[in-house]
Amino acid sequence: MSDNRHGNDDVTQSDATLGRDDATLPNSGSGGFTVSRRDFIKSAAVVGAAAAAGFPFIQARAASDKTLKFGLLEDRSGNFALFGAPKYHATQLAIQEINNGLTLRSGPTGPGGRGLDHGYYDDTDDILVQSGDKGILGRKVELIAPDPQSDNRQFQQLARRLILQDKVDVLMGGFASSEREALRPIMDQTKQLYFYNNQYEGGVADEYTFCTGAVAEQQIIPVMEYMIAHFGKRIYILAADYNFGQLSAMWTRAMAPVLGATVIGQEFIPLSVSDFTSTISRIQEKKPDWLMMYITGQNHSNYYPQANASHARFPMGSSINMAQGYEHLRFAPPALAGMHVAVNYMQEIPTPRNKAFVERFHKMFPKEPYISQQTQNAYIATHLYAIAARVAGSTDQVAVRKALESGIGMEAPEGWVFMDPATHHLSHYIRIASADEKQHISFVQEWPHIEPWWTRRLGVNLVRTPEYKQYTPAEDPLFKKYV
Amino acid sequence: MGPEAFNILYQFGVNLAFLLFASLGLIVILGMINIINLAHGEFIMLGAYTFTFSYHAGMPFLLALVVATLAVGLFGMVVERLAIRRFYGDKLIALVATFGLSLILSQGTLLLFGPSEKSVPLPLGGFSYGPFSYSVYFLLLPVAALALIAALGLFFYRTRLGMEMRATMQNPEMARALGVRVDFIYSLTFGLGAGLAGLTGALYAPTTTVVPLFGQSFIAPAFITVVIGGGVNPLLGALSSGGFLSVITTPLSSAIGTYAARIGLMLAALIIIRLLPDGFSAYLRELRARRGVRQARQTGDD
Repeated sequence: MSDNRHGNDDVTQSDATLGRDDATLPNSGSGGFTVSRRDFIKSAAVVGAAAAAGFPFIQARAASDKTLKFGLLEDRSGNFALFGAPKYHATQLAIQEINNGLTLRSGPTGPGGRGLDHGYYDDTDDILVQSGDKGILGRKVELIAPDPQSDNRQFQQLARRLILQDKVDVLMGGFASSEREALRPIMDQTKQLYFYNNQYEGGVADEYTFCTGAVAEQQIIPVMEYMIAHFGKRIYILAADYNFGQLSAMWTRAMAPVLGATVIGQEFIPLSVSDFTSTISRIQEKKPDWLMMYITGQNHSNYYPQANASHARFPMGSSINMAQGYEHLRFAPPALAGMHVAVNYMQEIPTPRNKAFVERFHKMFPKEPYISQQTQNAYIATHLYAIAARVAGSTDQVAVRKALESGIGMEAPEGWVFMDPATHHLSHYIRIASADEKQHISFVQEWPHIEPWWTRRLGVNLVRTPEYKQYTPAEDPLFKKYV
Repeated sequence: MGPEAFNILYQFGVNLAFLLFASLGLIVILGMINIINLAHGEFIMLGAYTFTFSYHAGMPFLLALVVATLAVGLFGMVVERLAIRRFYGDKLIALVATFGLSLILSQGTLLLFGPSEKSVPLPLGGFSYGPFSYSVYFLLLPVAALALIAALGLFFYRTRLGMEMRATMQNPEMARALGVRVDFIYSLTFGLGAGLAGLTGALYAPTTTVVPLFGQSFIAPAFITVVIGGGVNPLLGALSSGGFLSVITTPLSSAIGTYAARIGLMLAALIIIRLLPDGFSAYLRELRARRGVRQARQTGDD
């Protein structure tokens, strides 16, 4: 893939130059898209369809004095502070950029990216461009972000306050799946537009919820494919004993036979357990080719130094490590040597566009140690909201939701992402990040575009049929055969 | 010894060491000055932070251990002077006060140092025996725990200061009347409990990442061990209940899994609290007293 990209360097370059004086769509009086002529022709069909569907392509109203209220609930203290605080900062960065008249390149080009003449992926370096807008539709964005303290009840109380009292135009936030599930009923009740910006186990199908993190089919299948190809077919699953761990393990058990591998053992660890002596012995007895790791949290992080000290060094695959909690920088090496994680973002991604993003972020927050996956997601979600509001020509929540369902693609630091109208989830550029003995990260395999397809197979189409639930693999007839 | 037997013994030792280190500081403070210290986990966390900072500042491993122990011990004495001292009459108010202290310490650490520190590498390496491999550091932990208990035993029963501490624990008024500086003994005892917690944090810091909620994983096992052990004789209590709980959990976690071990631990704790509400140490003392009576009778018969 990287070869292909380098081969297209000149093309990419010329396109980047083109992009600066792009022709713009009729609606971009509001400062919406910057799209090339080529893209415009290609996307005419999409836009036409959207317009026919009652897509409110109206000119932006005159700049309003009223600020736009952006509600954010991210943990800045308590158990999840490590994960939540940088998301808060990323949202601040995006809002500053939006207020300064900047946006991420975007357009209704549909899945597949911006549509170059050659190559598959447009590796444009300059993804931050002028929006032609001040704030969103002339309204300055005001961030209202109380600290829910990693406490589900605080999440619910503060969400009610933000919605009923502050009357926020959009609400984002939550780290753990339990936090999201605490929020979702309130969002449905109050018809509040809500973004969840974390990778998670997948399956949420909710009219009011948009998920920008990667989900099981985007992470678990790629990492399993890679691990099976490079290390072997005998898998041992180590999972945290709660929602996420159980469901992810189910995915792994269901996909193993499809990928020609076997799960030779699995163990679910209560979240309160921090001693892994017996687990390590059991793994050593079973001698798997590699471990699938879904353990999580502070207690479980003890596994890595304990296993390493006992010389129980197995190759490991995962969907959650390093990208979320930057364990590779926090643990003394080589505790995480041999860890492979499917990620949609890590700070180490070596593309110029990401380096520029990393620089912007650390310039504003020099004390923040790492830009994690969910941090980037929070950043792109904020820009995505602004783009959708400009497409809608309004911050009316119904109109913005319809715009988010119109097929918006966007250049993110990770690569091109696309908001899938049917599932309200983002397609992602997925990479396998691998940690060496010194816990340096290299990206060993890449998938430029993986769609969130799983709930679509179950018949989910939120554009046509509103739903308010989370599907589990147990509801999938195809999975029932295996699990 | 075969590899299987050694494997079980190793797991038993690691479990025992964890329970002993987690609970010693707590049980000393509970047994000697009758305060339930809810900031115990945060004292452990402070030990881990002091150790990690000292180590990264270039101190050798063992010196950093000593520094962490002393620093948290001193901190404990200061806290006792400033706050805990006011609540000696009222166990419940002391409980709330130490809970408040724990919140201040953990959130204060988060504010001051951020969400995570880079951890210290585990020293000493590993070795293999049969199909299993082991960590030397973890193998030495139970040895260190038992040595520490022996040293504390010597301190309590063979030194004048230890005797004064025990005297203060049994009858502070009488101890004061006999010239023991009771106030100083109280703050010293609290400092001792805090120092033990600090040592625990330092010893376990290399086994995980150092975060503001570091102490949380020690809290539940520590309280279960202390409740089952009882505060009548802190050392005997910790040793007996730590040993008992390890005997229950080790075969369960080895044969079935950590989940079963967790259930076993809770069930065992329930049953013991039902049968021996004052814990092992009270029961052992009663046994000894009964035997003493019997012996007295026997000698009387002669």
